Amino acid sequence: MAVKVRIPTPLQKLAGGKGEVMIEAASIQQMIDTLEKNYPGMKERLCDEQGKIRRFVNVYLNEEDIRFLDKEATALKAGDEISIVPAIAGG
Amino acid sequence: MSFLKGLRCRECGREFPKEALYVCEYCFGSLEAAYDYDGIKKVLTRDKILRGPKSLWRYRELLPIDGEPTAGFYSGFTPLVKADILAKELGVKELYIKDDSVCHPTWSFKDRVVAVALSRARELGFDTVACASTGNLANSVSANAAWAGFKRYIFIPANLERAKIIGSLVYAPNLVSVNGNYDDVNRLCSEIASKYRWGFVNINLRAYYAEGSKTLGFEIAEQLGWRAPDHIVAPAASGSLITKIWKSLQEFEKLGLLENKVKTKVYCAQPEGCAPIADSILSGSEAIKPVKPDTIAKSLAIGNPADGYYAKDVIRDTGGWAAKATNDEIREGIKLLARTEGIFTETAGGVTVACAKKLIEQGRIPRNESIVLAITGNGLKTQEAIQDSVGEAKLIDPKLDSFEEIVMGVQGSTT
Repeated sequence: MAVKVRIPTPLQKLAGGKGEVMIEAASIQQMIDTLEKNYPGMKERLCDEQGKIRRFVNVYLNEEDIRFLDKEATALKAGDEISIVPAIAGG
Repeated sequence: MSFLKGLRCRECGREFPKEALYVCEYCFGSLEAAYDYDGIKKVLTRDKILRGPKSLWRYRELLPIDGEPTAGFYSGFTPLVKADILAKELGVKELYIKDDSVCHPTWSFKDRVVAVALSRARELGFDTVACASTGNLANSVSANAAWAGFKRYIFIPANLERAKIIGSLVYAPNLVSVNGNYDDVNRLCSEIASKYRWGFVNINLRAYYAEGSKTLGFEIAEQLGWRAPDHIVAPAASGSLITKIWKSLQEFEKLGLLENKVKTKVYCAQPEGCAPIADSILSGSEAIKPVKPDTIAKSLAIGNPADGYYAKDVIRDTGGWAAKATNDEIREGIKLLARTEGIFTETAGGVTVACAKKLIEQGRIPRNESIVLAITGNGLKTQEAIQDSVGEAKLIDPKLDSFEEIVMGVQGSTT
């Protein structure tokens, strides 16, 4: 299942400078593992030592925060769009 | 002379150059300004501060710019009001209101952070500034960027109070109203920020911007006669203000500017319909669980607070606590402050007053120690919230009889 992943600026260097990549994944967890396979080094940036997504990293599936869905286990289907966005300040 | 050394990741401690960077490239932690405190200690004295401008720039050495400030010349240095009538009503001995409802030029504490962000934006060579905002920041960036001569793009959630929309439009920014809540606006802006070379004050200028909030804490200490108060209650949206108030007192202590040792306890006030930080304190949880906001306190309606974890740590480490206010309690809080101290605050201020009242009643804040409430915005901006709960004027004819009958309750007067 091909999904589109928007890569945040700090990680674009790892993805050959690309802001968006298409990858095959059936869940957010698989998406991270596949990102790591295609672009080594990505997982340790996105996840803590336990393999959980870091607390300052927000992941959105089609604009919904995955913490409101199934977190890392959230299922993906073809055509889904995922954004990875660092936490930012409010006002 | 610059005392700004660079930026440092708050999570992993990695250091970065003092550019428009906002997250650690490695761990995504947010970046914070790092200073040369030894250098500052050599030049910054109480006397120097007292001789400085009557604005937040009197603490310029502790703010993250290299040269002279170029924005917000009149922002900050707001009154610290001794609130004796409210103190009596709440049954406490010593109570103060830090009144940022009269911060220049847009009546909220956001004028402090924007003064710093725009001064730094100029140093970094931006000609366009932008922000994602729940309203107060929108007003402040619109106004201050007009004065400082920047092009400006302001992004707000579509459901904002009318006064906050007009209070931005009047300064002729590019105001963009987004179908979604603040967290949606924020996410969109972070994607825009990675594509356009603009100075987003709360994104790529965040490390500089956020430091402006320290000046609220510096002023409290200075205005109390170079003393840190025993208790500070502050509202929380992203949680940044709470962390910066605490940092300000620590910096003053480190620089030997205070009479007393800092033992201040910091308390967080949040609305019932959006309380991710307060909930984590009240439930003893380590996690900050994002929520979908539903509250009249729209300036606090951030469901996914970027500084939530740091705010929680400050509250826990200082021995503070948290409280939540319902919409009705928020309205009562606004009216209580107005009726007792003559200060008309916005909904966020109502949250702070209501939560302080609860914390005092619960015994979390002792009645015989000094308490400061951070009132961060002006009530004229959120009139919708209380328009049905303040009554109406008494309508009379332009005749003395009518006045006496309807207002004074005297019937059949012949004078």
